[in-house]
Amino acid sequence: MTTDAEHPTEETPVLRRLIPLGDSAVTVEFGDTIDPEINALVISYANRIVEQGWSGIVDIVPTYRSITIHYDPVQWDVTALTDRLLTIPRLNPHEEKSQGTLHEIPVLYGGDSGPDLEDVASFSGLEPSEVVALHTSVRYRVYMLGFTPGFPYLGLLPEKLAMPRLPTPRPRVPPGSVGLADRQTGIYPIETPGGWRLIGRTPIPLYRRNGSTPFLLKPGDLVQFRPIEPGEFERLSRQMIHEDHRP
Amino acid sequence: MTRKRAEIDVAKPGWLTTIQDLGRYGYQRYGMPSAGAMDRFAAVVANRLVGNPDQAAVLECTLKGPELLFRDDALMAVTGADLSPTLNGSDIPLWTCLTVRRGGRLRFGTRRIGVRCYLAIGGGFDVPLVLGSRSTHCPSRTGGLDGRPLRAGDLLLGGPFGSDVERLVGRRLPDRLLPRYDRSIVARIILDSRREWFHSAAFTTLTNSVYMVAPQSDRMGYRLIGPPLPRTGAHRFISEGTVTGALQVPADGQPILLMADRQTTGGYPPIATVISVDVPLAAQLGPGDTVRFVSCSIVEAQALLRTRHHLLDAALPPVAINRPSL
Repeated sequence: MTTDAEHPTEETPVLRRLIPLGDSAVTVEFGDTIDPEINALVISYANRIVEQGWSGIVDIVPTYRSITIHYDPVQWDVTALTDRLLTIPRLNPHEEKSQGTLHEIPVLYGGDSGPDLEDVASFSGLEPSEVVALHTSVRYRVYMLGFTPGFPYLGLLPEKLAMPRLPTPRPRVPPGSVGLADRQTGIYPIETPGGWRLIGRTPIPLYRRNGSTPFLLKPGDLVQFRPIEPGEFERLSRQMIHEDHRP
Repeated sequence: MTRKRAEIDVAKPGWLTTIQDLGRYGYQRYGMPSAGAMDRFAAVVANRLVGNPDQAAVLECTLKGPELLFRDDALMAVTGADLSPTLNGSDIPLWTCLTVRRGGRLRFGTRRIGVRCYLAIGGGFDVPLVLGSRSTHCPSRTGGLDGRPLRAGDLLLGGPFGSDVERLVGRRLPDRLLPRYDRSIVARIILDSRREWFHSAAFTTLTNSVYMVAPQSDRMGYRLIGPPLPRTGAHRFISEGTVTGALQVPADGQPILLMADRQTTGGYPPIATVISVDVPLAAQLGPGDTVRFVSCSIVEAQALLRTRHHLLDAALPPVAINRPSL
């Protein structure tokens, strides 16, 4: 069932492959690497599908280099859907790039908030303060959300900080923890098990289950981390709890 | 037209009882799992039997059912697994619309077949819609009753329902549409069209072996124990969207069957996906139960689903969400 788009033109997107996932979803691959250009294409194409407003399309999930489209198989058969997907015109990825929102995320690095900061520092041959400086030196792209509600996969982490996951995941990672794994960094929105190296913690909630805008980030947004002191962490935490209880 | 609401006390919560509907859609791009009833067929039938729209919230009771005390008259249907339900001490039939009188006590006993039983009441269970759904997703404490399973002492509220519903009492799902739950099932699968992630032997192993559901299995997924499915391991699989029914294969080659609470994205390559009409059979497997997989085409899988859909509509017509008589 793999369909190769052999002759892409200006009007059709550069689809590498269409892969049916069972009888109710299709994955469209755009490449096989983690690359901002490919991810921009993914997000612009996902937005294009959303714009079509087709009935019977239940979820559109952009990821690093592919989109998974969940559909109602009572309304769509797989051929009709893949044919329609190929008619969606291409959007200039550069146009899309400017649409992401920039978020400044304050982070209390090290100590109890970032129990692995020292390990990351010795692994990379840096002082903890240099790790913080390097981690905050990059404006990260939200490549995708997944794992838990609101968890952003941010990249690319400076090569020097790329450290493998913990050999055994922690059973409980506190919400707001900022971690890194290989060339990725991310933020745990809710308490879950987790194997990423934890270097800090943000008081900003990424998922508010009862909020009118439950998710802080969307694919294609940009994240800039800012180091803060314990005092500011406490102050912002109190402010966030207050906001959560506002009607 | 008078409208009634039922109140129900939770005397005992059971092993894992949650409020579910058909799932939360439109937010998977934010990492929000769809959740929803594991056995969608049983949930839909329970709703139709009591005159509810398919999307109404039901109780999903796992392994050991709850004990519920009805403060008001209500319509009720129990579907899915047979956990030996009794009303005021007498056995009650599954897949049938029944009335419960005020003071009625619903209890469950021995597990006869299946794992997950569904209870619908006329008007549905009334909890707030969260992101368009009443389904409980426990890991993120979203939806249902404060995002958690039932506890003793909870009070469940039914939604409003009309007074003309008594005509539904005694209605049942025709025998020919009853699911064939079993402790060892054959599930039809669609093999993944990508071949680069597995040795060709993996595909034949998958369709020529019996896999057992491991104890570490829950609403997110079932770990399956059986002959390993050898991966090529040439390069790293980049996380992509997942589907319910997918068989993901970690490096050790032991497949994981993804279920309703699956994460929206996954970093293990899928080798195949269980077809939609067979997911309810898988949803009724417990630890130690077994599954064999046989290959099926997408066209065939979609035709089977449409046929089931039409047969069910003919037997128990769907109820429009805004039906005036409700």
